Amino acid sequence: MLADALLLQLGYNATLVTLGAALLGMAAGVAGTFLFLRKRALVSDAISHATLPGVGLAFVLMVAMGGDGRWLPGLLLGAAVSATVGLLCVQWLTTRTRLGEDAAIGAILSVFFGLGIVILTVIQTMTAGRQAGLEGFLLGSTAGMLRSDAILLAVASAAVLGLVLILRRPLELAAFDPGYAEATGWSLGRIDLAMMGIVLVVTVVGLKVVGLILIVALLIVPAVTARFWTDRASHVVMIAGVVGGVSGYVGAATSAIAPALPTGPIVVLVGFALFAASLLLSPGRGVLASVLVHRRYQRRVHMRQGLLALAQGQPIFEALTRRLMHRAGLILPDGVATPEGQAAASKALLDETRWSIVRADQSFAAAAIRYDGLTPIEDVLTPDQLRDVDLRIAAPQVVP
Amino acid sequence: MGAEFVALSLTPILIGICVAVACALPGNFLLLRGQALIGDAISHVVLPGIVVAFLLTGVVATGPMLFGAAGAAVLAVIAIDLIRRLGRIEAGAAMGVVFTAMFAGGVLLLERSDTSSVHLDVEHALFGNLESLIWLDATGWASLVDPVALAGLPAELPRMALALLVVAAFLFLFWRPLALSTFDEGFARGLGLRTGPLGLSLVVVSAIAAVAAFDAVGSIIVIAMFICPPAAARMMTNRLGHQVAWSAGFATLAAIVGYVLAGYGPLWVGAAASVSAAGMIATVSGVILAVAAVAGPHRKRGS
Repeated sequence: MLADALLLQLGYNATLVTLGAALLGMAAGVAGTFLFLRKRALVSDAISHATLPGVGLAFVLMVAMGGDGRWLPGLLLGAAVSATVGLLCVQWLTTRTRLGEDAAIGAILSVFFGLGIVILTVIQTMTAGRQAGLEGFLLGSTAGMLRSDAILLAVASAAVLGLVLILRRPLELAAFDPGYAEATGWSLGRIDLAMMGIVLVVTVVGLKVVGLILIVALLIVPAVTARFWTDRASHVVMIAGVVGGVSGYVGAATSAIAPALPTGPIVVLVGFALFAASLLLSPGRGVLASVLVHRRYQRRVHMRQGLLALAQGQPIFEALTRRLMHRAGLILPDGVATPEGQAAASKALLDETRWSIVRADQSFAAAAIRYDGLTPIEDVLTPDQLRDVDLRIAAPQVVP
Repeated sequence: MGAEFVALSLTPILIGICVAVACALPGNFLLLRGQALIGDAISHVVLPGIVVAFLLTGVVATGPMLFGAAGAAVLAVIAIDLIRRLGRIEAGAAMGVVFTAMFAGGVLLLERSDTSSVHLDVEHALFGNLESLIWLDATGWASLVDPVALAGLPAELPRMALALLVVAAFLFLFWRPLALSTFDEGFARGLGLRTGPLGLSLVVVSAIAAVAAFDAVGSIIVIAMFICPPAAARMMTNRLGHQVAWSAGFATLAAIVGYVLAGYGPLWVGAAASVSAAGMIATVSGVILAVAAVAGPHRKRGS
């Protein structure tokens, strides 16, 4: 059943919705990257919560004018209007008062959400207009969508993705190198405005799919995930798009076979699974990679100290050191050095002696910085320099 | 203002006040420390905590649920910190990842498990149900001194009052170290204060307030009360003590006006039913903030 859903075998509507969700996820991933890099990720949380009063008022208005309150384009238009108001309020509170952006975000999201709930309870008492379904905007519900709504979702998602791709260049500039962007004549204020506009559109289109409580995840999680895999600007954007797309696709497909479940949480958890995997497994910044690097370093230190002890004829008691050296064939189980062990030990001692001369000599200051007790001196000095150093080892000591 | 008021409105209003003040008090410090959104995160992760506690124990009982919710809040704070450090990600984004994922997990668990027999659903978690906390045994103001009637008080009221007491006691006992570490963390550390555990205990106390409040009123009002009254109070004064006092006053005002508007407002304009009290209280706190932001004497930076 899940395979059918993932292969888009569940009918025209479900296919449209799934593809739409994938496109939306891609757009959200890309747009979210810019937001994340501008360190304004949570502004989208305020925007999304601020949509609720608009949805409710649009419903009331449409019913009052004698129409069907659940007409999706109307609801989304209302959402966009009140989200814009919310965004402007956040901007105003941040720039015109002493409140920080985080406080402004929290205030706007809770107040608008509260107002939205008030309007929803008003709607519940209205007799007309068949109010059922507005709850779907909280957590997203794609199952049983009308044909026209599915088409709207797919088209709007594609349009948003197109918009993001068109504006990608200036957004990328502002996100990765604001100073350069300004120097080359872009206005940061306008770019930020465009970014917020895109985020707003993504949020509004995503209301029906992910729901307003969780859409912030679709904007943040892909960007954070992508950041684990690369340091290159264009690659972060691309990977975030893919992560967002996969989340949207799998989430919407899964929800097609489990209509009782809200779509939003599934989408978010798929994204979070990708994030968790990246956190653990990514080669550069992942936890596993860090642990491995640490272990390798630890072994090198133990090995080196063991070899130095061997060269100076001291016994080795540390268990890990003995195990490592035995495994490398440098010592016998009773701690006595093998021939290879003796060779390696004298090499280590020579290395250490050379280093001590280099570090004592001001003229080698540049090389001496690289001393960490592990780097072989051959990696730092040229053979000629090494010969100089060795001469000093051999040089007779002046007896005063 | 007679028997009907005491039975139907007095306890919800009192609970509302307790919730509002209990959240607003620690909210002041969170706001000043630039952690205003911790309240937002906490109130989202309370849901999975409660659901897991319910699934483990099989009953809707206060004890395990409070425990589960507080556990989830602490877990979330630790996870946010861990992700921030391990992934070198800014705090806001780490928070966004953690609380949305935990909330999503809570919703799915809730939908998958059979909770139809008990009063536990997502809407309830979000909006709460302040209006339903009525005091059926009350017959009038005299019931306030009648032990038989007092035994029938909704359990949420003493619980919330206790939470308020815990929060207030914490702030009272740790006032100086909290103030010091909030305004000058380096200096506080120089004096030998342990700012790390202090910050974490502030979060835990906030979580206690949020969790106790959550049960009665849902998460919107919790977020609103963590942020709006302290933010409005911030516009009124430059002194910490005064700010805390203002915020408690604003919180109380929002709770009373919000409840009255929600319960009686629709009747005044001729509608039949009341609207969500939690939502209305949040809205009123927003109005208070708006007024303070437009007219407060210290609304500008550096004033």
